[in-house]
Amino acid sequence: MILWDLFVTFFEIGLFTFGGGYAMIPLIQTAIVDGFGWLTMKEFVDLVAIAEMTPGPFALNSATFVGYMVAGLAGSVLATTALVIPSYVVMLAVQAVYSRVKERPLVRAAFKGVKAAVVGLILVAALSVGRASVVDWGTGLIALAVIVAIVRFKVHPVLALVAAGIVGALIFR
Amino acid sequence: MLWELFLEFLKLGALTFGGGYAMIPLIERHVVKECGWLTRQDFADLVAIAEMTPGSLIVKSSAFVGKKMCGLAGSVVATIAAILPSFLVILVIAATFLRVLGLPLVQSVFRGIDAAIVALIVAAVVSVGKTTVSDKRTLLIAAGTAIVVLIFNVHPVLALLAAGVIGIVLFR
Repeated sequence: MILWDLFVTFFEIGLFTFGGGYAMIPLIQTAIVDGFGWLTMKEFVDLVAIAEMTPGPFALNSATFVGYMVAGLAGSVLATTALVIPSYVVMLAVQAVYSRVKERPLVRAAFKGVKAAVVGLILVAALSVGRASVVDWGTGLIALAVIVAIVRFKVHPVLALVAAGIVGALIFR
Repeated sequence: MLWELFLEFLKLGALTFGGGYAMIPLIERHVVKECGWLTRQDFADLVAIAEMTPGSLIVKSSAFVGKKMCGLAGSVVATIAAILPSFLVILVIAATFLRVLGLPLVQSVFRGIDAAIVALIVAAVVSVGKTTVSDKRTLLIAAGTAIVVLIFNVHPVLALLAAGVIGIVLFR
C-alpha cells in the first residue's frame, strides 16, 4: 500500500536525520528514486532545488513535495506528518527531563562543552555553504553586508534576505 | 496563550528560509527577544539539544517552547503552526508553478538569497558564540570541533558527545 510505504519511509528518514535537512538528500534518493522509483532522478533534482528555495526547512519541504508527487494531498500530509513525529516526540521527552535537570552542575558542565562544540559545527556549516554560494565579488559583498547588518545593526534577518534577493535580481542579470 | 503560540509560530514558519542554522538568528529573535518565552541561555541549550536529536530546528523549537508554555496542547498547536506555511506553499508550487522556477529573474533573486543565507549562518555562530565561548577552554572546544569535523570528517554527533564529556571533566 503506497500510503503506508510513504509513511514508513519518511518516518525512518525523520528518525535518522541528524544535523540538518541536507543530510537527508542521499537517504531520500535511495528510498524514493532508487528504491520505490516514485521519482526520476531529474524530478528529484528539481525537487531539491524547489525545497531549498521555499520557506521552511529543506527536510519538511521535500517530504511535502514527494508526498504530493506520489499520492496527492493525502500523500503530502502523510509524508510531512511522518517526518515530523519522531523529532516531535523526542523533543517532548527532552523538554520534560530538561526542565527538571537543567540547573544541575553536571548538566551545566556538559552543556557548556556541547554548546562550545556547536559553535564549531555551525562554523563548519557556514564554510560549506559559503563555498557553494559565495563564488564571486557580488555574492561575497552581499554576504559581508548581511553579516554586518544582522550582527552589528540588528537588522531583522528576513529584511536582510529580501534585500539580498532584490540586490541579486539587480546585479546578477 | 494557545492562540499566541499559534500566531507566533505561524509567523516563524512563514519566515524561515534556508533551514537549519540559518534559522537560528530568526528563531532566537522571535522566541527570546520578541515573545520572551526562553532566555538566551535556554535558547543556546535548545540549539545544543537540537544538534543531538533528529529533525528540523523549527519543529524542535515549536515542540519545546509549546510544551514549556502550554503543555501538550501548546506543543501540538505550535508545531502545526510552524509547518503550516511552508506546507501550503509547497503544495501550491507542486500543483501549479513548477515552470516559474526556471526563469532567469527568479534564478538571480535566489543567488542573492543564497549568499545572504551564508551570512545568517555566520550570524548564528556569533550569537551562539557570544553566550558560549567565554574563555580559552570553550574557544578550544569550538575550534577543535570545527577542525575535527571539517578536516577529519568525524561524525558531528560523536564530536558533540566528546565535547559533553570534556565539558564534564573541565567545568565541574
